[in-house]
Amino acid sequence: MSKIWNLLQHKGKIALIDEFGNQMTYDVLNSEASNLFERIGRRCLVFLLCRNEIGSVLGYTAFINNGIVPVMVNSHLEETLLQNLLNTYCPEYLWIPKNQVEQFAGMSVEQEAYNYVLLKTGYEKKYPLFDELGLLITTSGSTGSLKLVRQSYTNVLDNAQSIVQYLKLNDTERPITTLPMNYVYGLSIINSHFLVGATLLLTDKGLMQKEFWSFFKEQEATSFGGVPYTYEMLDKLRFYRMKLPSLRTMTQAGGKITPELHEKFAVYAAEQGKNFIVMYGAAEATARMGYLPPERAVEKRGSMGIPIPGGKFSLIGAEGQEVTKPLTTGELVYEGKNVTLGYAEKGEDLSHGDERHGILETGDMAQFDADGFYYIVGRKNRFLKIYGNRVNLDEIDRMIKGDFEIEVASAGVDDHMYIFITDAEKMDSVRDFVVGKTRLNPVAFKVIVIDEIPKNDSGKTLYKGLTKYYE
Amino acid sequence: MTNLEKYNQAFMETFEITEDKLVGLKYQDIEAWDSVGHMSLIAKLEEVFDIMMDTDDIIDFNSYEKGKELLAKADYGVKI
Repeated sequence: MSKIWNLLQHKGKIALIDEFGNQMTYDVLNSEASNLFERIGRRCLVFLLCRNEIGSVLGYTAFINNGIVPVMVNSHLEETLLQNLLNTYCPEYLWIPKNQVEQFAGMSVEQEAYNYVLLKTGYEKKYPLFDELGLLITTSGSTGSLKLVRQSYTNVLDNAQSIVQYLKLNDTERPITTLPMNYVYGLSIINSHFLVGATLLLTDKGLMQKEFWSFFKEQEATSFGGVPYTYEMLDKLRFYRMKLPSLRTMTQAGGKITPELHEKFAVYAAEQGKNFIVMYGAAEATARMGYLPPERAVEKRGSMGIPIPGGKFSLIGAEGQEVTKPLTTGELVYEGKNVTLGYAEKGEDLSHGDERHGILETGDMAQFDADGFYYIVGRKNRFLKIYGNRVNLDEIDRMIKGDFEIEVASAGVDDHMYIFITDAEKMDSVRDFVVGKTRLNPVAFKVIVIDEIPKNDSGKTLYKGLTKYYE
Repeated sequence: MTNLEKYNQAFMETFEITEDKLVGLKYQDIEAWDSVGHMSLIAKLEEVFDIMMDTDDIIDFNSYEKGKELLAKADYGVKI
């Protein structure tokens, strides 16, 4: 009884091809996944250190399809952060790249397959798992938080089916990986394409590498996904001049793309007979909530579109009333079967049931136009999207205060964060600290020394007083 | 400033590293030289040398040494 996909339904078709020329059919994927599952033999918690490699996808398939709960983390996650996560959730096993084994001295290797190994952790503590809990994943941020999103089997399956429907996916699709699989957007590409028997092209190479594009062309990739920064890079690469006849669809999510870039790619797609599809989502909604149908991409630039099949949007005004007039701002609320169970912040939370009951207050402020297309206009909470990763500013402030015992206030705009401090001597160390914690490129962070952090009488930081330094 | 000095400075400023780290430096050898860092480096070099690099050259630029070779091409004529 497979939880998500019936892999044998796609018998004979190729499920995975990697950049080194290895490939795996759906039947082999199915039997290898069974082997791995049998080694473990029962429902439990496993940490999966993700890479865009066959072994990683095999592990994910074996776990989620057989009722083992994976915690999806990046294989490059900072070691102390990973250790904190492990100590918090006490998994029974780890499924990790073979060349990272030394990192986990003292754990025994139980099985090996496709450059991945299964390690038994030896934690005595085992937390009970809620029956419907399918997987755990971070909230697209990486600021050292132990918070995980709890996704159910229904969440994963429902969202994948919806994506198949609105992207009109079939078994001729060959998406190439441009996002990590521990990121909900990247994972949703795997989830949806395995439903239709498509072929995933796996690579950890990036857009700025020749090897990526040779793999793309050789294997005739049909689609890729990207965060706003991806499209900025493609723009600078003068992507429009590249010859990519196999490419059918480009999707965009992970933050709001500028209307200018939106238009450029929409026009390019229209002229070339391709699709450019802007989407909207969050880890708390499994992955996707909205999409802009490609035929409206040029006309509705700047919009994230309409709800996905099976979903519903509404806007709630400041007084709690539902917004019914176009071009009026309210908090975006989403309703659908893909709204996740809730968060986990400690091991005991893994036994919790559904806390959201299908309704998610997104924290995004939005409007709809006269045709019912939605536009994100701001955010209720203090966070930035940096290269598609959610970075919580209050959390950053808290971490810096905790570590340096200094006055700090961070602010900024997407892809550019400004950290204000008053102690000039700490400039470099604060920046190194934030870069180390987020593992994001240092280009995104600037430390600015000011005389005093603006505050009101009750001692609350006045972030508006900081905007003059960066706007 | 000589071309070599300008070239080195672009690397040092973009990746926040010292000059002794440059020889033999390759894409992804250091965390700062990822796709984001790469785009910043290219932007800086284009500005410093007043050139516009081709897509193929941008993605071919995978080391400190390879960059010198690419910039010396007739299209850009930057001898380092």
